[in-house]
Amino acid sequence: MLGTAIIVFREILEAALIVSIVAAATRGLAGRTRLLTLGVVAGIAGALLVAGFAAQIATLAGGGGQSLFNAAVLLAAAVLISWHVLWMSRHGREMAQTLMQVSSAVGRAEKPPSALMVVVAIAVLREGSEIVLFIYGMAAGGVGVAALGSGGILGLAAGIAVGLALYFGLLRIPPGKLFAATNWILVLLAAGMVSHAGRYLVQADWLPTLGTQIWDSSWLATNGSTLGRVLSALVGYDARPSGIQLVLFMATLILITGAGWWLSRRAETAADPCRPAADTLS
Amino acid sequence: MTLHAYRPIIAALLLLGTSSALMAAPPEVQIQIKDRGFVPAQIEVPADTKVKLVITNADTIPAEFESNDLSREVIVPGHARVEVYVGPLKTGKYEFFNDFHTASTGTLTVR
Repeated sequence: MLGTAIIVFREILEAALIVSIVAAATRGLAGRTRLLTLGVVAGIAGALLVAGFAAQIATLAGGGGQSLFNAAVLLAAAVLISWHVLWMSRHGREMAQTLMQVSSAVGRAEKPPSALMVVVAIAVLREGSEIVLFIYGMAAGGVGVAALGSGGILGLAAGIAVGLALYFGLLRIPPGKLFAATNWILVLLAAGMVSHAGRYLVQADWLPTLGTQIWDSSWLATNGSTLGRVLSALVGYDARPSGIQLVLFMATLILITGAGWWLSRRAETAADPCRPAADTLS
Repeated sequence: MTLHAYRPIIAALLLLGTSSALMAAPPEVQIQIKDRGFVPAQIEVPADTKVKLVITNADTIPAEFESNDLSREVIVPGHARVEVYVGPLKTGKYEFFNDFHTASTGTLTVR
């Protein structure tokens, strides 16, 4: 039971961290709960679908199908996150104001950006499909329903608890600074996802490594440890990264912050001079 | 312009083509997953060379080939065949395991 709980916990953890960050980043938006619920439900449905077609996906592209699928899904999530961050660099100031004067501003709350709903769905799909395959394997291997069920629920509960802890931790950030903080977290998340996608593309031999195992920080956290997994989910941590992962991480970071800076400057010049525009990326 | 002028370019392209064709065939290592374990569990690969691992699952139960040392993870569904590229690696020992059955481990030795 404990073995099942630990595996389920580790997979849930990565999805829970992303869902928590998205929940904090969309605080105060009208229809946020619906957006998050839809994302999670779509993610679970997707996870079952991906698990069901795992064999077909795996054998695509001469046996590299799953690596390519993972890379594609991560890149899609990174693009959607970037889109949201850039949207925020134009609307962040108004959103922060709405948060600070909730009562007076309910009527003009922004429409939630549905891009993040898809990001939630993707996170749940990726980790969920692994859980489905693992549970299926355990059941086929003769582990009883009671042990699997209790282990699964324990792992799920522990993962959600960590997610909630992160969410309420983020909410302690003063409302005026919350979106600036979540925007930075989202930028790092996107950069980590692109870097992680790079690792999958190297694994499928679609990208050069640009040097393997540039450093070894296994002494700090191995990829399999809980800390390693948390850092992997948040910033694409790899204890032994290849060069391309570092290049992709930096390139994404520079690209999003650069575009965000440019957009907020443009909004500034266009806006009322008495009301400085959003500057969520600084 | 006659074809002569293009000769060095054509030659360079041909050379590039052949060299990348030669490099595009990394050594293959076959690993089978049987009764959730790896057969063979001990594999050897040359140093500083990109290697293609071909992992075949003989079971109906899905497995996950994972290695913290190699920064690799790939699910191998029942009766599926997947490919994973590793390296070029420095000499040493690199552990791998079945994340869906962590008691099953193996070692990739780079010489």
